[in-house]
Amino acid sequence: MNTASAMLQPIQSDDIPLSERGPAPTRVVVAYGFWLFLLSDIIVFAALFAAYAVLVTRTVGGPSGSQLFNREHVFIETACLLASSFTCALSSLAIELHNKKYTYLFSALTFVLGIAFVALEFIEFTHMIVAGNGPTRSAFLSAFFALVGAHGIHVTLGLCWLVMMMAQVANFGFTARIARRLLCFSLFWHALDIVWIGVFTIVYLGAR
Amino acid sequence: MLGKLSWAAIPLHQPIPLVASAVVIVGITAVLVLVIYKGWLPYLWREWITSVDHKRIGVMYIVLALIMLMRGFIDAMMMRTQLAVAAGSAQGYLPPEHYNQIFSAHGTIMIFMVGMTFMVGLMNFVVPLQIGARDVAFPVLNSVSFWLTAAGALLINLSLVVGEFARTGWLAYPPLSELAYSPGVGVDYYLWALQIAGVGSLLSGINLTTTILKLRTYGMGYARMPIFCWTALASNLLIIAAFPILTATLGMLLLDRYLGFHFFTNDFGGNAMMYINLIWAWGHPEVYILMLPAFGVFSAVISTFSSKPLFGYRSMIMATMSICMLSFMVWLHHFFTMGAGADVNGFFGIMTMIIAVPTGVKVFNWLFTLYGGRVRFETPLLWALGFMITFVIGGMTGVLLAIPPADFVLHNSLFLIAHFHNVIIGGVMFGAYAGYTFWFPKAFGFTLHERLGKAIFWCWLIGFYLAFMPLYILGLMGATRRMQHYSEMSWQPLMVVALVGAVIILLGIILTVVQLVVSIRARQSRKVGGDPWNGRTLEWSISSPPPSYNFIDLPQVSAPDSFWLTKQSDKPISDQHHDPDDVTPPTIPSPSAVGFVTAFFAVITGFALVWHIDWMAIMGLLCIVITWLVYAWRNSDDNEVSSQTIETFDASSAKSQTT
Repeated sequence: MNTASAMLQPIQSDDIPLSERGPAPTRVVVAYGFWLFLLSDIIVFAALFAAYAVLVTRTVGGPSGSQLFNREHVFIETACLLASSFTCALSSLAIELHNKKYTYLFSALTFVLGIAFVALEFIEFTHMIVAGNGPTRSAFLSAFFALVGAHGIHVTLGLCWLVMMMAQVANFGFTARIARRLLCFSLFWHALDIVWIGVFTIVYLGAR
Repeated sequence: MLGKLSWAAIPLHQPIPLVASAVVIVGITAVLVLVIYKGWLPYLWREWITSVDHKRIGVMYIVLALIMLMRGFIDAMMMRTQLAVAAGSAQGYLPPEHYNQIFSAHGTIMIFMVGMTFMVGLMNFVVPLQIGARDVAFPVLNSVSFWLTAAGALLINLSLVVGEFARTGWLAYPPLSELAYSPGVGVDYYLWALQIAGVGSLLSGINLTTTILKLRTYGMGYARMPIFCWTALASNLLIIAAFPILTATLGMLLLDRYLGFHFFTNDFGGNAMMYINLIWAWGHPEVYILMLPAFGVFSAVISTFSSKPLFGYRSMIMATMSICMLSFMVWLHHFFTMGAGADVNGFFGIMTMIIAVPTGVKVFNWLFTLYGGRVRFETPLLWALGFMITFVIGGMTGVLLAIPPADFVLHNSLFLIAHFHNVIIGGVMFGAYAGYTFWFPKAFGFTLHERLGKAIFWCWLIGFYLAFMPLYILGLMGATRRMQHYSEMSWQPLMVVALVGAVIILLGIILTVVQLVVSIRARQSRKVGGDPWNGRTLEWSISSPPPSYNFIDLPQVSAPDSFWLTKQSDKPISDQHHDPDDVTPPTIPSPSAVGFVTAFFAVITGFALVWHIDWMAIMGLLCIVITWLVYAWRNSDDNEVSSQTIETFDASSAKSQTT
């Protein structure tokens, strides 16, 4: 805990239980609220996963997962996203140090890796749709495109957010408000990684 | 250019929708003209529309709920009059396709726009005051939530004028709601209105949960929180956990309808029962999202008007949280007839009976709170007493329906309709009215007319029994829901009794408006101080109406019912301050138009999506993004309340309370 947020805390003694120490500092409140948002977002994915599990066998004469998915392609995709989470964490460290140069550098790397992920997914989708295996082909493919596509849209929105945040850093510097937003962004980015690990395991490795 | 929109969308050849939409348009225009003519617009814009004060937003939620109650009740009256006449050879005045829209709109409006809106309004107003906070955790987001809810309400009402509403029932079950069987825009109106309002509900749930868990005042541990805050916490946790399921499910149906996906279609492997499972995985928690805050209202009302601490405070918390958990384990009882087999049905039947146990605990706690108390029979307590009797009856018919074999007989009969109106009117509506009457003086500084309040209660109570007890009997006689006409003449007398009951409830609603007008006109003589009911919790320790910053010093709390204890010990609450050196001047966030502007463009986007006007939808979304970006680049931050403002407020409220 840095000194700024420690100063916002009321005088604490150990005999006062945590729940009775009064309102939390803004940084905690914002991060907590964003965590709750992420949980709700993960429930959206849970519903999509459930739908996928129900519909995965409903290929209706169309191709199944194992006939469609190229594991090498998906492996590179996964590697990009996981690496982007690593660079995102490095940029969080740079933000903590208020180092603009490294913040830009690692955020740019995060952005490039994220774009690579989205591009690879786009290529995969296009190939499938051009071959007549789009979401309208079967209930299985509907569920596949909705689940993986929802994740892809999240990543795309995250990339837009990242660009905006870099503009804000350039504009405002590392003010408390910008720091809170950057914290929320990194939470978001890591949450997308967790969701992707579910997608990779259940959809791609679990394909039959 | 305009997608599916054409002049055919205006109901020029159907007299009833035409008249209804004309009334709506004339009404809205009249209000707008009055507001502009009287020069109220700048005031409304500054003090209400752009307000981020949780109290103002709470009041606006409740105003929206009352308006939508009238809309939803007009639908109810149309159904009841239709069924009172459409027996045997008589066909009534509503054709089936119109009748189907009416019951769909009635359910959708009453649950999402009345029940939800009313409860969220009460929680918004009361929770920060009860936990000793100056506002909710994210005040601007709160305004966005409210205005998105209002945007959803507007879209539903727009369907009256331009196009049609869904004919699929309030949950829009596929395959009926799929494009193949509902090619019109009705289902699209339903879906986009609920998606927009649903985002509002979700954000509001996140906001209030964060508020309760992170912004409690000094000394307010979990076991010192007022029960209303506990039930609000449970309800908002349910919103966070359940509303995303609704968003995802409606999203899948939208993909089916707009992009030809096959989640719930009959062909290409779609599975319609998956929709019904998913929607009830949201829908059953939703029932408790509405019900739990009402339980909290009754707890506050019963203990206040018995002048006693709530009996079994900790068991009340346990009961609330177990309902919160169990509400996710009973969804299948809404469709035992799906054919899931005896084991699955048996499990969900038993779970449903188990969830009645914590509810029973609550009823006994309320009874024991009344027992031996100095009971004052004021209007809020009447609502609470009426609730206890009515809700227990509704609960018992619910347990009856939880028995799968009995459910096979009663499924989709009027018995079911009677059951859920019994718990929703007897529980949620009575709770809404109790809370409205109880906290009205806190919000405005004067009380509602007492005798009219009692008359409203008796209208609702008697009207409810007359309207819905016949429906239980009709259900046992074999009458089904959602029928526009019946050939069995022996049902008609009971249908007429139900209509009489509905008319008496209508009288109660009219009296609600009368009460409001009478009380506002007599507000000078009805003025009260900060604590009109001899209250027990922190909201009564500050002036009525409270200042924008609620508390100058955050209070220090040492027990549940802390304000009551303070009054008993004759020690002013501010003297027990936690730490005199730690006084930070209150800050309040500046007003913001972000909520209103976002909702404005959300309506445009929603309308464009309903009618497939692509360019307009893209423009609307872009405008929302630009609004947020402008907001994200703002320079100003929260305003510190100057000591001058505080002095002015103190002087004016002291003056108003002496006159």
